[in-house]
Amino acid sequence: MTEITAFDIAPAAKLDTHKARQARIYGFVLIACAVLVALVFGYGTEGGASFGLSRPRDEWVIPNLVIPAGPFNYVAAAILAFLGVRQFMRGGSKWSTISIAVGLAITVAAFLVWATAGKSFSLVGMLQATMVRAVPIALGGLAGVLSERVAVVNIAIEGMLLAGAFTGALMGSLLGGWGGLACAVVIGGLFGFILASLVVTYRMDQIIAGVVINLFVLGVTSYVSSQVFQPYRYLNNAPVFRAWKIPFLGDIPVIGPMLFNQNLFVYGALVLVGVATYYLFHTRYGLRARSVGEHPQAADTLGINVYRTRFINVTLAGMVAGFGGAWFTLGTVGRFDENMTGGRGFIGLAAMIFGRWHPVGALMAALVFGFADSLQQKLALLRTPIPSEFLAMAPYIATIIVVAGFVGRSRPPAADGKPYVKER
Amino acid sequence: MDVELRGITKRFGPVTANDNVNLTIRAGEVLGLLGENGAGKSTMMNILSGLYAPDEGEILIDGKPVRFEGPGDGIAAGIGMVHQHFMLVPVFTVAENVILGVEPTGRLDYLDIATARRQVRDINEKYGLQVNPDALIEDLPVGIQQRVEILKVLFRSAEVLILDEPTAVLTPQEVEEFFGIVKSLRDAGKAVVFITHKLHEILAISDRINVLRGGRITGEGDPKSLTENQLAEMMVGRPVSFDVARGPFKPGDTLLEVNDIVVLRDNDEVAVDHVSFHVRSGEVVGIAGVQGNGQSELIEALTGLMHVSSGEIDFLDNDITHASVRERHRLGMAHIPEDRHKSGMIGNFTIYENMVLDSYYEDRFSNGPNIKWPEVLRTAAQYAIDFDVRTPSVYLKADNLSGGNQQKMVVARELERVTKLVIASQPTRGLDVGSIEYIHGRLMNSRDEGDGVIIVSSELDEIMSLSDRVLVMFDGRIVAEFDAIAGPLDKNAIGLAMAGVAA
Repeated sequence: MTEITAFDIAPAAKLDTHKARQARIYGFVLIACAVLVALVFGYGTEGGASFGLSRPRDEWVIPNLVIPAGPFNYVAAAILAFLGVRQFMRGGSKWSTISIAVGLAITVAAFLVWATAGKSFSLVGMLQATMVRAVPIALGGLAGVLSERVAVVNIAIEGMLLAGAFTGALMGSLLGGWGGLACAVVIGGLFGFILASLVVTYRMDQIIAGVVINLFVLGVTSYVSSQVFQPYRYLNNAPVFRAWKIPFLGDIPVIGPMLFNQNLFVYGALVLVGVATYYLFHTRYGLRARSVGEHPQAADTLGINVYRTRFINVTLAGMVAGFGGAWFTLGTVGRFDENMTGGRGFIGLAAMIFGRWHPVGALMAALVFGFADSLQQKLALLRTPIPSEFLAMAPYIATIIVVAGFVGRSRPPAADGKPYVKER
Repeated sequence: MDVELRGITKRFGPVTANDNVNLTIRAGEVLGLLGENGAGKSTMMNILSGLYAPDEGEILIDGKPVRFEGPGDGIAAGIGMVHQHFMLVPVFTVAENVILGVEPTGRLDYLDIATARRQVRDINEKYGLQVNPDALIEDLPVGIQQRVEILKVLFRSAEVLILDEPTAVLTPQEVEEFFGIVKSLRDAGKAVVFITHKLHEILAISDRINVLRGGRITGEGDPKSLTENQLAEMMVGRPVSFDVARGPFKPGDTLLEVNDIVVLRDNDEVAVDHVSFHVRSGEVVGIAGVQGNGQSELIEALTGLMHVSSGEIDFLDNDITHASVRERHRLGMAHIPEDRHKSGMIGNFTIYENMVLDSYYEDRFSNGPNIKWPEVLRTAAQYAIDFDVRTPSVYLKADNLSGGNQQKMVVARELERVTKLVIASQPTRGLDVGSIEYIHGRLMNSRDEGDGVIIVSSELDEIMSLSDRVLVMFDGRIVAEFDAIAGPLDKNAIGLAMAGVAA
């Protein structure tokens, strides 16, 4: 005889889920921020913080935004405390991530108000600088997206940026701005092709291949810069692409100067992000590229050439990074300095991860890092009690916070970093 | 469309996977291809689909010889393959997976998903597949994923469909539905090649049967005139017994008491949902269920590899809910894990190193920080003899053994200790018939000596032939219990419980 027993299901007990643990950590961070804002930024802070929303020569001049510093920061602390306590009470709800993001933004705002108290600070100038500083990071992140979407981890972005910067300065000095830009893109693409050869054809470890390229570029460019550019200065004196204001749109208050009164590189980055999004998510070749990054064997059985797809996309990524590298020279000062990229390529990789391997996400993440970067630059002018060396750490600290706090949960392409070996 | 293979030979290094194979596939017919794992079935079909190039021999389509240069060529010629391991991109939708490689596009290379969706719906209706084109693959059960694979080859207007072990992941009821789909394909004039090692299935669905052993065709026949025993003999090369010898059922004291445990996956999904059961000494408890219903997580919780979020586990009157793996080992728990490559052995270690992975620290094998290698070697050699691990030497890397011998090595290590409870997860998956017989015998031996045994398997036949008691897991819960001692097990009822149909 066969008997079937249906088991009763016990009522769900309160479980110690990962989410609940995370909610508690977020709550703790928020309350710590509240204490910081109240005691350091709020207590004893007097006077108003004056934020400039337009510049004197703008079409429409908007009066400055003046905020009473002390009261503002006490309100900010109260909001942070509320969000933090709410995390403990409600833990693990869908609002967790939004709470921590809003909380960090409020903390940064409170910091700015404190630093500006009794002085005046050009917010619009800072936003414009944010956009400019975000450009190399966004392009580095975009290069990362293009190559990691086909499962090639691209540590070499730093080296590609540096190569682009160097080539832009050298060839720009000889051929003019456009010639220099074209050469920078070509050199970036060349390094992309070399990386693809190393990791796809010769199945070299992707991290080591990237590090090798970074070290090679750093060594060669530093050598040439100190041994050749010093005696022959005309080789390191390239023209700079000036800002080009889009009529009418550039006059919109606040966002006009940020988005529509910039140079070629800012517009280029925005267009490339759009084009890459269309390519990856709305075209046949984009679908194939993503399938190669997620499940190369499936792509192979359907007749998609995995190796060629990787070569093409990694080379394209190199060209994007070469363009981003040219920003450092042709987009700013017109001359090359040793290691002038200063790790922006690695921050670009963090932007790619923070942006969940999506071009638009990488751009948004790059704006966060660009904000941190311009913040340290502008704060130096305000003469805050914080030493400038600490302020210079801001973009890197932002990277650490973002990578530690958010990255664990975004999902890379499934085959990311794994070489594909075809069985024949 | 008819396809003929003539004199196909394929070698991988010293191994000849296919040796002068001849095969004919006809339109409107289901060809059953039977063989053990490693008999060369998959190699042959990969040659037919263009994934591998044969070393010798030729392929003829409708009498004309063809040459395939790559995987795209097979499908272009109308030969579509449904792989044993699905070739689907988990984060893509059904429609995206179906069109991948042959995408309908508009201007500027724009992906025409709307057209793709409509075409998928059309095929759906024609063959009764019922798949939502907008669903994400990772959200679909395996049975539906398999239909997506069939959609893929039909979308490429395949005339020949090769189905490689298609029923391995299905419940008995899903198999019935699947056979319906296969019949509708055959009736529409497609040629179907059905590859399997399950005898009753091949008899149920095939119009013609070919048997493959050691890379050669060893038998051919009509399913109407063949019996399971005849087929098994062709497949293995000697008479096979399907019955497992066992002693009388003499259950003793309760060894393991699992009380209302909950186990969560990394993403907080409930994998094991308030499960309670017990295991007595001298009894085999089989845990049946379709893969992914919480069996793996339950076993990992019992063996200390996963965190138990609530409830408790008692073993020999000790609370081991949060005990370490070594404590559990020392109490007499043996674990034959479901994936020996992931957690049962270290492929890059030698056989003798693998044999003492769980006991190297004990006094008999070590003297302070030093391992007594002569003692280890002597013991490992003895284990290898006792458990029929066929190897020229214990100095060999574990990776160099065949799957069956690797599994026997793991079983030897786990059972040569003093054990009280043996937990075996998929103990015979992917093994040859000889190794399966041997391992089943060893597990029964443990039971007859008074150990408790837990067996998890996705092969219902294995569960039914070994267990004294069967628990069925569905969606993280134990939904039914069947007693094998009182009378024969009702396969249909177990199948329904596996599918989550309330009894």
